[in-house]
Amino acid sequence: MKIAVCIKRVPDMDLRFSIGAGGKALDPAGLKYDIADFDGYAVEVGLRLVEQQGPGEVTVISVGPAAVQETLRKALGMGADRAIQLAADELPFDGLAIARALAAELKDGGYDLVLFGRMATDSANQTVGPMTAHLMGVPCVTAVSRLDIVAGGGTAERQLEGASETVAFPLPAVVTIDEGVARPRLPSLKGIMAAKKKPLDVRPAQFGEARLTVQSIALPPDRPPGRIVGEGADAVPELVRLLQTEAKVL
Amino acid sequence: MASTFAGVDFYDVDGLLSEEERAVRDMVRAWVDEHLMPVIGEAYIKGEFPRQLIPGMAELGFLGANLPEEYGCAGLNNVAYGLIMQELERGDSGIRSFASVQGALVMYPIYAFGSEEQKKHWLPRLASGKDIGCFGLTEPDYGSNPGGMITTARETKDGWLLNGAKMWITNGSQATVSIIWAKTGAIDDVKSIRGFIVPSSTKGYTAKDQKGKLSLRASDTSEIVLQDCLVPKDAILPKSGGIKSPLMCLTQARYGIAWGGIGAAMACYDEALSYAKNRIMFGKPIGQTQLQQSRLAEMLTEITKAQLLTLQLGRLKDKGTMTPDQVSLAKRNNINMACEAARESRRLLGANGILAEYHSMRHMANLESVYTYEGTHDMHTLILGQAVTGLPAF
Repeated sequence: MKIAVCIKRVPDMDLRFSIGAGGKALDPAGLKYDIADFDGYAVEVGLRLVEQQGPGEVTVISVGPAAVQETLRKALGMGADRAIQLAADELPFDGLAIARALAAELKDGGYDLVLFGRMATDSANQTVGPMTAHLMGVPCVTAVSRLDIVAGGGTAERQLEGASETVAFPLPAVVTIDEGVARPRLPSLKGIMAAKKKPLDVRPAQFGEARLTVQSIALPPDRPPGRIVGEGADAVPELVRLLQTEAKVL
Repeated sequence: MASTFAGVDFYDVDGLLSEEERAVRDMVRAWVDEHLMPVIGEAYIKGEFPRQLIPGMAELGFLGANLPEEYGCAGLNNVAYGLIMQELERGDSGIRSFASVQGALVMYPIYAFGSEEQKKHWLPRLASGKDIGCFGLTEPDYGSNPGGMITTARETKDGWLLNGAKMWITNGSQATVSIIWAKTGAIDDVKSIRGFIVPSSTKGYTAKDQKGKLSLRASDTSEIVLQDCLVPKDAILPKSGGIKSPLMCLTQARYGIAWGGIGAAMACYDEALSYAKNRIMFGKPIGQTQLQQSRLAEMLTEITKAQLLTLQLGRLKDKGTMTPDQVSLAKRNNINMACEAARESRRLLGANGILAEYHSMRHMANLESVYTYEGTHDMHTLILGQAVTGLPAF
């Protein structure tokens, strides 16, 4: 089975970050980058499918500047067989442009399955996977929490509000992976050493026209400071009144 | 997948690391967050080494990581190896001690002084955690003066007969194999010291835990007794000879300890900084007071100095020019620095600082052992004194 996993290098949003001077992007100072969380799950799913059902090969693909090679090598360290960087100095915000670049790379690659994370943890658009599938003309299942592949096709489970749904699809297909499918493994030290020797091809990304641009990005306003309404039992009636009339939680 | 521990990097020391070195550091950091931090507090209170972590550590390649791939190891450079030690000790000195002993004090002597057969047999088993090792050098009456040891190895027609006792042996009671150092000649003949590979199943070999420790509680520390312990002739490490051999092992281990000290100090600084920003007293964060800022500035400065010092030590080791005296300087400086950082952090944390829920006091207690083992702080002072004056003051 030949599997491609499309991964994105994103800043760690759990660490403190600030908005850059132009007000349209994060300030790169102090940011730490890693593979997007859901994309890590997708890599793990790809590796397990080949391990359990082999023979096969996992190719990881990322779009962006030279720095994405570090992220690709992390996936190679986890066990992917080869990597492709679709080189671009900057990543357009327009998911369709990225999907065009990916589809152009993927469509003649002979992949049985193309995996994405459900969304990138920085831009959270959830568009690139489905758009790539559309451009490739293959079926797409999104936000999959369980994936089974059999000869020529597969079934995927999706979590809905209060229910789960199982979808059948033929291969080749695009599947976007939700968390909970398989916890990503850490790259072993031997894996990290081996990653240097695995093939990493670099080709220019062909985006076409990118029509979306970010106008501004802003942090949420600071929470208003707390208020002390009194002390001890005497304060309870006032507290209850405020919870009912102001906060409206009682 | 990223670690929740951001590390301390005021001088962009990361920029001095290769991508591969950063990848190794990040992986171990994530492992510590995911597997060690959730269990270390309880293991420490119970006084138990968290054995369940060994298979994972072995699978990821933490054991003997700087030894060659042909023996089942990862073949990392020494900076990457040091970063592993740093990150493990960010979790707990006891866990770093486990990895240090296995890699630097058991696998290294087999690698450096062993026969090809010994290397091929033991190194893959130790790298994979199938065997756990310990290092028997220190004796009840010979700590800083290991050359005075009274453990003997007498050659008989059936093999080597070992007699003696070893003390303060990390991993001792869980080890399946020990590297035992013993005198093969007269009791005052330091040159006759040789290393032996002794499986703990050997008749006459016993190990028991040393009880009542108030430090390194999540680590096994044991006493080993060898009573007419007969090992085959090929149990001797053929290329070992004299006190220099075990001291070479200690240089390897001390190198890792120097890195480990940075990890423990970073953990304490990180905890102190976070607490200082969030703990409100007199209507403002305690981090807004000059006293606590002074503590934090001092910790940050010393950590940064140690990072640069130790990275250069690693580069020298990778170049093959590192000297034991340079390792003494780093071990002495970094562990003293970590002891100070842990103590200051614990104090900054006020009453909360004595709880196992926080980490500083555990590190503080651990580091008293690290300050004392692998050459006490004072002994390293004398080593440096001798290095610069040429005059031994032991």
